[in-house]
Amino acid sequence: MNAATRKSWILNAIALAALSAAFLLPIQSGAVNAYIVGLLITALINIIMATSLNLVCGLLGYLALGHAAFMGVGAYAAALVSIHWNVPLSFPLALLVGGIAAAITGVVIGVPALRLRGDYLAIITLGFGEIVRIIMNNMPILGGARSLRGIPRITTVPVAYVAVIICVTLMFTLGRSRHGRAILSIREDEVAATSSGVPVTYYKILAFTLAAFFAGIAGGLYAHYMGVLNPNRFNFDRSIEYLVMVVLGGMGSITGAIIAAIVLTLLPELLRGLSNYRMLIYSLALILMMLFRPDGLLGTAEFSLVSIGRSFKRTRRSAQNEGRDHSES
Amino acid sequence: MNPNPRHLLEINDLGIQFGGLTALEHVTFSMDPGEIVGLIGPNGAGKTTVFNLITGIYQPTLGSINLGGQTLNGRKTHKIFQSGVARTFQNIRLFKKLTVLDNVRVAAHNQMDYNPLIGALRLPGYWRDEAYATDHAMRMLDIFNLTEHADEMASSLPYGQQRRLEIARALISNPKLLLLDEPAAGMNPTETQALMATIREVRDRFGVAILLIEHDMRLVMGICERLVVLDYGQVIAKGTPAEIRQNERVVKAYLGGSAV
Ligand SMILES: Nc1ncnc2c1ncn2[C@@H]1O[C@H](COP(=O)(O)OP(=O)(O)O)[C@@H](O)[C@H]1O
Ligand SMILES: [Mg+2]
Repeated sequence: MNAATRKSWILNAIALAALSAAFLLPIQSGAVNAYIVGLLITALINIIMATSLNLVCGLLGYLALGHAAFMGVGAYAAALVSIHWNVPLSFPLALLVGGIAAAITGVVIGVPALRLRGDYLAIITLGFGEIVRIIMNNMPILGGARSLRGIPRITTVPVAYVAVIICVTLMFTLGRSRHGRAILSIREDEVAATSSGVPVTYYKILAFTLAAFFAGIAGGLYAHYMGVLNPNRFNFDRSIEYLVMVVLGGMGSITGAIIAAIVLTLLPELLRGLSNYRMLIYSLALILMMLFRPDGLLGTAEFSLVSIGRSFKRTRRSAQNEGRDHSES
Repeated sequence: MNPNPRHLLEINDLGIQFGGLTALEHVTFSMDPGEIVGLIGPNGAGKTTVFNLITGIYQPTLGSINLGGQTLNGRKTHKIFQSGVARTFQNIRLFKKLTVLDNVRVAAHNQMDYNPLIGALRLPGYWRDEAYATDHAMRMLDIFNLTEHADEMASSLPYGQQRRLEIARALISNPKLLLLDEPAAGMNPTETQALMATIREVRDRFGVAILLIEHDMRLVMGICERLVVLDYGQVIAKGTPAEIRQNERVVKAYLGGSAV
């Protein structure tokens, strides 16, 4: 690790700690009402959904249209663990089981879909999402359309917050490892990747499975926040919402996905009157993005305090240069 | 025909068809370890297709490819790379939005063996493997004068340096055989001259055999020990540069009136 990277890590860690304190203290002291708490938890869960989908859409460069279904698989699996097996530490265990159940589903879908060339993944994940929803609606053990009830409501803001920190950190470090590089190389040029010794099918399935795993964790958090699960919560519209977050945030940028997840969770609440037009607005936003900023708001760049400082210095320097130019002329 | 253990690469009666079109037919030649062989011929003769067959991008309709006595037929492209065959592309194929260093480190993938969990948790295996691979990659960049660009995006390099980066990426695996597809295309004479020196240096330093597709006859005649000439998917001549210059069929088919 060189000095600049270390400085960046330390600065960002301090900023994160300050942010956490500013964020968690008022909530712990009970100064915030239940509505806001609900919004915050939803935003935190959406952050995990957006950053995990980013593994497939941003890093691997494949379109996936069934991410909400993995969240559903994780939600139900985690809920069942908590309902039927109430032991100490069963909550982290339930989340893990949710993640693993979603990951296994990811392998089952990913292996046939990703061995094919081209954009079959979009179509297959689309179909898969609907199939999962229909199965959930018709499984007695899952409560079916009448919903699954009696899930302990354990997910609080601090719990969700810690889960986000852990998940996002793991996705970040994964992205910057030999595995992350291999996945990125496939996005950049699949022929060059395989010609450089990268087993591309394996890494496509790995990216897809990891994305499903983290979506499963998010599902478990959601189940233990709501206390009730209904299959229709995990429908196609939701998958599109997560996709919009990734696209807006910039395919491949974790911080971009986080910002987009927060904005797109809070914005509809602020614009309540427009809630009927939500999907319309999303579609419009997507089209405008594709036209004017096809790489997303942040592109593949990551947001960091050091880089802001740097660009600030750069602006100042160019401003000074301009001043000098003027004085010389 | 049994593989001759002395040869590094043996291509025997190789053929491929695309739909009804026969792109290659009865292609037979071999290479020794550390040899520089030129693969020449007019546009559309099938040179790049030979590379795509050796590296498993295409599967041959007929014939066999052996590397060090082992067949490459039916083997996956990334496995062929791991067996010691690396290549560059006629139309540069870099990982454009990765840094120069990462472009090379991608190809060092198989020199590391930590698993995703160790990588995600940044356990010692990660640091050890990455330090080794980064070191190795930086040394490779050094050979190709790319050290100062290590942290830049590959797409930001000028054309000539992109070509060199592609070769650096191929060489990080310590291949036994390096396939270069028109490495001097688009370079000016000075760059071509420098490239020629580098190719020779690479061979001497790494002992790697090089199969070179190139239209620049000065480059080809200057560094190749032997030439294989393709025309319409068939080998029309094999021999030393001097022999090829005298060969009537070659002169007629390819070298034509153009100065050699
Ligand atoms: N994937 C393919 N599908 C169809 N035809 C191909 C394919 N690849 C190469 N060819 C044909 O094979 C012939 C040889 O091409 P190529 O090997 O690229 O020539 P060269 O590299 O010698 O210029 C050409 O006629 C080309 O059109
Ligand atoms: Mg060619």
